[in-house]
Amino acid sequence: MTLDEVKIGGLGASRRRVEDNRFIRGKGNYVDDVVLPGMLHMEIVRSPLAHARIKKIDISGAYKIPGVRLVMTGEMMAARNLGWMPTLSYDTQAILATDKVRFQGQEVACVIADDPYIARDGCEAIVIEYEPLQPVVNPMQAVAPDAPLIRDDKVNQTDNIVFDWEVGDVIGTDQAFAEADVVSEIDMHYPRSHPSPIEACGSIADYDRSTSKLTVYMTTQAPHIIRAAVSLVAELPEHMIRIISPDLGGGFGNKVPVYPGYVMSILASILLEQPVKWIEDKSGNLISTGFGRDVYLKGQMALRNDGKILGVRMHTDSDHGAFFADAQPSKFKIGLMHSAFACYDIPNAHLTARGYYTNKAPGGVAYRCSFRVTEAMFFQERMVQAAADDLGMDQAEFRRKNFVRDDDFPHRTPFGFLTDSGQYEKCLDVGLEAIGYDDFLKQKEEAAARGRLLGIGISTMTEPLGAGNSREYDILGIKMFDSAELRVHMTGKAILRTGAKTQGQGHETTWAQIVAHELGIPAEDVVVEEGDTDTAPFGMGTYASRSTPVAGAAVSMVSRKIRAKSRKIAAHLLEVSEEDIDWELGRFYVRSAPDRGVTIQECAMAAYSNVPDGMEPGLENNAYYDPPNLTWPFACYIATVEVDPLTGVWDVLRVVAVDDCGVRINPMIVEGQIMGGLTEAYAMANMQFITFDADGNCVGGNYMDYLLPTAWETPGFELHEVVTPCPHHPIGAKGIGECATVGGPAAFVNAVIDALKGTGVRNIDMPLLPDRVYEAVTQHHDVSGAPPVKTD
Amino acid sequence: MTSLFEEVAPSEDDNIPVRRVEVRLNGERRAAKVEPRLLLAHLIRQGFQLTGTHTGCDTTNCGACTVLFDGEPVKSCTMLAVQAHGHEVTTVEGLATASELHPIQEGFKDEHGLQCGFCTPGMMLAAKALLDHNPNPTEDDVRWALSGNLCRCTGYQNIVKAVLWAAEKLRDADPGAAEGGDE
Ligand code: FES
Ligand code: FES
Repeated sequence: MTLDEVKIGGLGASRRRVEDNRFIRGKGNYVDDVVLPGMLHMEIVRSPLAHARIKKIDISGAYKIPGVRLVMTGEMMAARNLGWMPTLSYDTQAILATDKVRFQGQEVACVIADDPYIARDGCEAIVIEYEPLQPVVNPMQAVAPDAPLIRDDKVNQTDNIVFDWEVGDVIGTDQAFAEADVVSEIDMHYPRSHPSPIEACGSIADYDRSTSKLTVYMTTQAPHIIRAAVSLVAELPEHMIRIISPDLGGGFGNKVPVYPGYVMSILASILLEQPVKWIEDKSGNLISTGFGRDVYLKGQMALRNDGKILGVRMHTDSDHGAFFADAQPSKFKIGLMHSAFACYDIPNAHLTARGYYTNKAPGGVAYRCSFRVTEAMFFQERMVQAAADDLGMDQAEFRRKNFVRDDDFPHRTPFGFLTDSGQYEKCLDVGLEAIGYDDFLKQKEEAAARGRLLGIGISTMTEPLGAGNSREYDILGIKMFDSAELRVHMTGKAILRTGAKTQGQGHETTWAQIVAHELGIPAEDVVVEEGDTDTAPFGMGTYASRSTPVAGAAVSMVSRKIRAKSRKIAAHLLEVSEEDIDWELGRFYVRSAPDRGVTIQECAMAAYSNVPDGMEPGLENNAYYDPPNLTWPFACYIATVEVDPLTGVWDVLRVVAVDDCGVRINPMIVEGQIMGGLTEAYAMANMQFITFDADGNCVGGNYMDYLLPTAWETPGFELHEVVTPCPHHPIGAKGIGECATVGGPAAFVNAVIDALKGTGVRNIDMPLLPDRVYEAVTQHHDVSGAPPVKTD
Repeated sequence: MTSLFEEVAPSEDDNIPVRRVEVRLNGERRAAKVEPRLLLAHLIRQGFQLTGTHTGCDTTNCGACTVLFDGEPVKSCTMLAVQAHGHEVTTVEGLATASELHPIQEGFKDEHGLQCGFCTPGMMLAAKALLDHNPNPTEDDVRWALSGNLCRCTGYQNIVKAVLWAAEKLRDADPGAAEGGDE
């Protein structure tokens, strides 16, 4: 009898998660839970100023405290050639500041002591004299005539510009604008935000002189990249470095870059020959590690009166902070910003981008985002709404008119991507039906007559997930493929390892489901391991929604290699030729006599006990998967809101999400990802941002100032699905982890702007705090730019 | 280890020096000599090596460190260990018995109420405090009771479902209790 795929935990099973068994018992193993014998503790002294020359550091006080073992400063690091390190974007970053500090919260010294309390005492006892310099807190200031040079450490740097970059067809786009009936424009700012996993960063470095081996437990989403980086920075041979990324308390892009704290703990362990643990506090995490966003976006859309989009111009000014430390594919300076408008059939587009150094922490990481796609899609969907309004067209109809049609795939986007598949109109229809679009429009009108402001916002988008094919995608020259290794034991149980690294996505559960789907081995018979560079095959890690598209595909491919070998073994066991054998889930059988067959488990046993002549024994293999294209999921998010004109407070009435991420491996987990993403979308639209005052002080450096939604504020979500299998992924799956964070914010903002329609307000920049909405409602104008901060 | 804490034998001696702390931790008597500045969260984690209690912030906002203190949820990062002297502390490790998970734990797994798992111990203890007082919570009751605990992964909807699942299971197991609570 054929196996029931769902029963064995294969594709489509909402299998309960394996990893939960330890998490619900409090038995997870996060970095801070790891204790090594003789372990010391490190704490960091950070700069209170955004821009200042370091005049003097007096560390003598720290050494007077019993239990302080070592104090490190930039000077000491520089003496060992470790003052600076390369970033993942071909820039350099200070490990400990030597000459000057370039952002508030920058690492200036560190203390290693017997326990963290003593290390803190040591930090308090260090006296640092600064000479304040003029701070630069946004791109406009960065290019002002009197702007100080932030990166005076770089030989050929004469201004505060990181890069200028462009893509698209400037001539064709100019032509489109010349032919336009209407040109719609929008200017906006996507504010700085912090991914802020609840667990901050940390590491435990353990250098063993007797074996010359360095083991580092580390909060990293990409352990293999870190191993390569540590090898280059610390000049240690790569095979003598073992990076272990244990359970991670969330990542969201925050745990991709290489942070100075990691490197300091490594050097300290090498110097002291003892394990050194560094556990970052939350304010350290919020003020110094990978921010996302902080981009000013300007756009123009060329339109025909009938609603057809003829062309788009985009310009971005992105604030990268003091060091260009994003992890971006190296070809694309502003990430995949140019994936904007991929779901619309637009003949011409042109994008220019300029990056700036400022006196802020290094930013621009892919915060739950495939490299700037979040900014791109927010811009796209705000622009689309503005254009529909300018034309006086219904926002749903305007989208429908410009969508790429179902029979038009693969489709070349105006910036040169190739989208793979989709049913855009169907998703929109499912969404409109679910929210009751026409009824809501009536309701809105009736409410308006009574002075109530209701609004509906739509956001539809396809985004590129799963970087990427090696022709185009690399980080520091390392190609962005991924890997899986599968060992099937003689009793038919198996261990699977991949180069990805789960941080809540549930790989331990879902990867086993792919093996179950390919081989018919029940998912519960497959254990999954990730995150240890000594055992896992090389991979680029988990971010940018790339795990399922790349590592997940590798899991399929390695399983198929195992199946191919098993088929030969089956032929041998059944004493027929391979061509006479067919496969059904979990079993090979003789085509002419289906009752005669052997299970995959029997093949596994034979692989160790009875292989055909000339065959290598054993049943294990690996696969490196270089995807032919990115996967292109589609989403339609619709929110309805009510704005209170007397306070500027807005409430979410309903949220409908229609996601098409192809084949769903584990529907329960997919839905969990979507709800998590929608919550971050709501957070960004409503409250979550980090800003700076005129002196460069970070406002939002703790959870009292950096507002994250709780269960109380977070709205409920209504989820729907459409399935368009990915044509080039082995099991038809597409990325999903970030879709809702990417596409969600515009639905909320569009809804609020829709509620204010007719008042002359075209834009309010996120977050839509009550005071900003109130200002817009009462004064009938746009409220744009980074929120001003009042300081005493 | 250092002077931060040193585990010592429990004793009947009432004449306790300031730095000696004795608590009933998950039903078991445990004692340690601690520096007065030691936080309760650190005594639990590093001192008694129960690492299921997490710390996620410096400002009493995230709730990852939530434990039950004489049955009430408290943020153990914001209490000194010495303040716990003579009190009962329940951590996530005290939820399950040797043979059985607590229904709240089952609910979190069954309703996919966790992803990275970092907020989970605190969430479950806050939920337990709610259900101990109110066996019949509404969705709003649950959302309000958990509003001192942050989760960055789940969007809360499944956490809420998990708690309601557990409430139902507890009511089924002990129909009498459903009448009670201290509403
Ligand atoms: S650690 Fe965040 S509230 Fe205690
Ligand atoms: S499950 Fe990750 S923070 Fe809640």
